[in-house]
Amino acid sequence: MTPALAEERETYLSAGHGIKSWLLTKDHKRIGLLYLFTVTLFFFIGGVFATLIRLELLSPHGNLVSSETYNKLFTMHGVVMVFFFLLPSIPATLGNFFLPLMIGARDLAFPRINLLSWYLLVIGGLFAIFAMVAGGVDTGWTFYTPYSTSYSNTWVIATGLGIFIAGFSSILTGLNFIVTVHRMRAPGMTWFRMPLFVWAHYATALIQVLGTPVLAVTLVLIVCERTLHIGIFDPALGGDPVLFQHMFWFYSHPAVYIMILPAMGVISELVSTFSRKAIFGYGFVAFSSVAIAVLGFLVWGHHLFVSGQSFFAGMVFSFLSYFVAIPSAIKVFNWTATLYKGSISYATPMLYAFGFIGLFTIGGLTGLFVACLGIDVHVTDTYFVVAHFHYIMVGGAIMGYLGGLHFWWPKMTGRMYPEGWAKLSALVIFLGFNLTFFPQFILGYLGMPRRYHVYPDEFQVLHVLSTAGASVLAVGYLMPLIYLTWSLKYGAIAGRNPWKATGLEWQTESPPPVHNFDEIPIVTREAYDYSATVGQEVPVD
Amino acid sequence: MISEPHVESPALREQFNSAEQQKDASSLGMWVFLITEVMFFGGMFLAYSVYRSTYPAVFGAASRTLNTTIGALNTAVLLCSSFTMVLAVRAGQLGRRKQIMVFLILTLILGMVFLGVKGYEWNEKFQEHHVPGPSFHMDGPGLQDHAQLFFSLYFAMTGLHALHMVVGVGLLSFLLYQNQRGKFSAAYYTPIDMVGLYWHFVDIIWIYLFPLLYLIDRHGG
Repeated sequence: MTPALAEERETYLSAGHGIKSWLLTKDHKRIGLLYLFTVTLFFFIGGVFATLIRLELLSPHGNLVSSETYNKLFTMHGVVMVFFFLLPSIPATLGNFFLPLMIGARDLAFPRINLLSWYLLVIGGLFAIFAMVAGGVDTGWTFYTPYSTSYSNTWVIATGLGIFIAGFSSILTGLNFIVTVHRMRAPGMTWFRMPLFVWAHYATALIQVLGTPVLAVTLVLIVCERTLHIGIFDPALGGDPVLFQHMFWFYSHPAVYIMILPAMGVISELVSTFSRKAIFGYGFVAFSSVAIAVLGFLVWGHHLFVSGQSFFAGMVFSFLSYFVAIPSAIKVFNWTATLYKGSISYATPMLYAFGFIGLFTIGGLTGLFVACLGIDVHVTDTYFVVAHFHYIMVGGAIMGYLGGLHFWWPKMTGRMYPEGWAKLSALVIFLGFNLTFFPQFILGYLGMPRRYHVYPDEFQVLHVLSTAGASVLAVGYLMPLIYLTWSLKYGAIAGRNPWKATGLEWQTESPPPVHNFDEIPIVTREAYDYSATVGQEVPVD
Repeated sequence: MISEPHVESPALREQFNSAEQQKDASSLGMWVFLITEVMFFGGMFLAYSVYRSTYPAVFGAASRTLNTTIGALNTAVLLCSSFTMVLAVRAGQLGRRKQIMVFLILTLILGMVFLGVKGYEWNEKFQEHHVPGPSFHMDGPGLQDHAQLFFSLYFAMTGLHALHMVVGVGLLSFLLYQNQRGKFSAAYYTPIDMVGLYWHFVDIIWIYLFPLLYLIDRHGG
């Protein structure tokens, strides 16, 4: 298609003009872009806190900020990154945009609720930003009682309400996805023809819907305890602070899977597209997403190994935590097996996919270390744990997010990103990430506790390495911001299907028309049917 | 071949192919929402179970101070409101607008009666110094501290339930407004059906709250 023709056709982008057409839109694609803008903003806010943390840790004597300020920095880094970036990142942007397209629907089942959920995230985010500007919050992103209820003199209530409101955004997105997958599939799109991205989002939605309300009620109780002096977690009245930890982690452990499952869905799409093969063991990969969602609800106690939980409970939770390794490993093995004898092309999204598989494997294997009762006693609350979950949440979830963003960028905007710059940034991010977080495994193993900014001199070398890595990582994250923005105007015209992929989203125009498809497709083939193009690599310049 | 959303009724939204698909989606959405509500209240029921098993005697003693007669009366009011709600849904099925209005108004009144009685009960608790906080007072072994846990849960659970009732009253008012504007017919009464599900759910929560809070230690007078 020539550029001139592309100008004439009405797309979801050109269907309305002005700020009002965006703020009142019910189009899932536009709402996806609203989310993209919002989470990017929060990513950079959280990134500023991370930068300050890493700068402080350059020297062992804590001479950049006070201890109180440092407490606030790591708290707000965690709150912003977890609740306002990672949780909505893939589901609310890429999921929102592509889930209806991939199952051949005109929109999500409840477009108005979809818009509402964006507003809820924004309102929740404003609460959190207010708390940060007004003086910050210092409880850690985990809000452990009784510190958060009785002792902290910071903005716990505003932050808690912000997370509460953002939680409903997550719940409503999950609800919308569940109903859409059940009720809105195109003719012929059976459950086992759905792309694995959709399966992953379905599993994610189950967690959002079942887990988030528990966090919501826990935050309500915290806020009530601070304001109304009811005392459900107050030890002075006989209440149990460990009960808070149970309720918090009942959500917050599955929440990790809200972050990683959608990324796994993205990786399945990438691995298949760029090796020209159907995913090996489709059914296993699909069910492993659901298995992770289910098992994820049974392992929260591994956050309480040293919190006074009974030893027997600790053993059970340790045992169950190992079980999560099975579906996770199924995915990694099946992606790897898909590559076997594939026609692999090393486009940017595929580089991110490789990055994901490697980093997720390290993150997952170190997860087995911390799931082990004995080792966990040694590494609890050390940088080992910090490194472990950053390998999952940054090395895994953000790699998946960026891979997906590059993969679908041509579909979302109609323009290609610049391949050379994108490859460079993928490489910079991979190197920067490892330099930042690998030293933290060693730091933690040697005994450096998390959440301290004064530390013994012998740890300084590793901290300096980590900060150097963080600087590289920051450059890597700024590059896509610049070249993707650039590509909106100057990128090459993408055409319908630049990757020659099989998903339904590639059969419609780029960018898609308002109702996604000029004609609702009828699905007659399995997902990832590359039999027509066997042996042909994806054209990448 | 489904090419364009063929318009069956003015209430059919553009993302759906048929009124049936739309109704199915609404209904599934509502059920999923109610599941989230179960999890939401579930957190409090968990806290209740933990503390009741830790302090059974205190919970019994504190529970005995609640007024069973008023609690039972309120339970009856709420059950009646569920009945009138069902009748409103039935009237919707039959497309009888006048009946819809009558039964919605009855449900609304019963809901407000429940809230009024609840307010009266809370007020009594204030006067008896049974509200957790510095002015809390209760005589008996371990009661001064641990009974505050019971009343914390009492106020949190009944408060959250009442908040849901207030939302329900708002929804009923909205339905009445829609009904006045002639939105409902035998072909389209989904909103009444959905609000009905919500109303019954809130009712069921109370059916659990009433025995757990009022009746746990009434044996032997």
